Amino acid sequence: MSEDVKKFLYVNRKAPYGTIYALEALEVVLIGAAFDQDVSLAFLDDGVFQLTSGQDTAAIGVKNFSPTFRALGDYEVTRLYVERESLEERGLSAEDLQEITYEDEDDDWAEKPSIRVVSREEMAAIMAEQDVILSF
Amino acid sequence: MSTLHTVNKSPFETRTLESCLAHCRPGDAVLMIEDGVYGALSGTALSDRVAAKAGAVKLYVLTPDIAARGLPEDRMIAGVTGVDYRGFVDLVAEHDRTQAWL
Repeated sequence: MSEDVKKFLYVNRKAPYGTIYALEALEVVLIGAAFDQDVSLAFLDDGVFQLTSGQDTAAIGVKNFSPTFRALGDYEVTRLYVERESLEERGLSAEDLQEITYEDEDDDWAEKPSIRVVSREEMAAIMAEQDVILSF
Repeated sequence: MSTLHTVNKSPFETRTLESCLAHCRPGDAVLMIEDGVYGALSGTALSDRVAAKAGAVKLYVLTPDIAARGLPEDRMIAGVTGVDYRGFVDLVAEHDRTQAWL
């Protein structure tokens, strides 16, 4: 990576199927991943609902895009920060989320979890270290 | 290193302002714009929570948006500063990054 790599954080605060925000965010992340920037994702408030396991949209006639999150590792997007307080407020825990992993090229391609549950305070600190924050 | 946060939703419709305030760090600034300006009103169910943040976080409201909505400036929470569009640009320039809370 060159020196002009910037830190991009995509902030997801909306649930997946009621509005187009969540899908659009994922599309933008995938497009942005082509530009060799330092990309990470944040999930807070209703955004944590995007990552629940077992989503089945067959009966509502829209695309289930949740499996796409598992492809992010192949685009070197390996950090999905999920806010613990947002999970707890919604009666969820990390066990309710789908498993998302990446292969760590610096560690003999070991498979590692992409989802990192962080506190609200840690999330605020993560936001504060970014060059660019894009909200959805 | 500080962040300018913008909030454009009414706090009576969404929890965006509350979430924003919960993620602010000391030295950050919050600018309420569009329907977000309702969060700057005094005497509401949320005023105390917003006012409690003033000090550690600088609170601003976009005056063209409060004028458009017929809200008198003297109804704003004490500690909230009004800025015009030029002031908005200054705030963006003064901070390291801008985070738009949608």
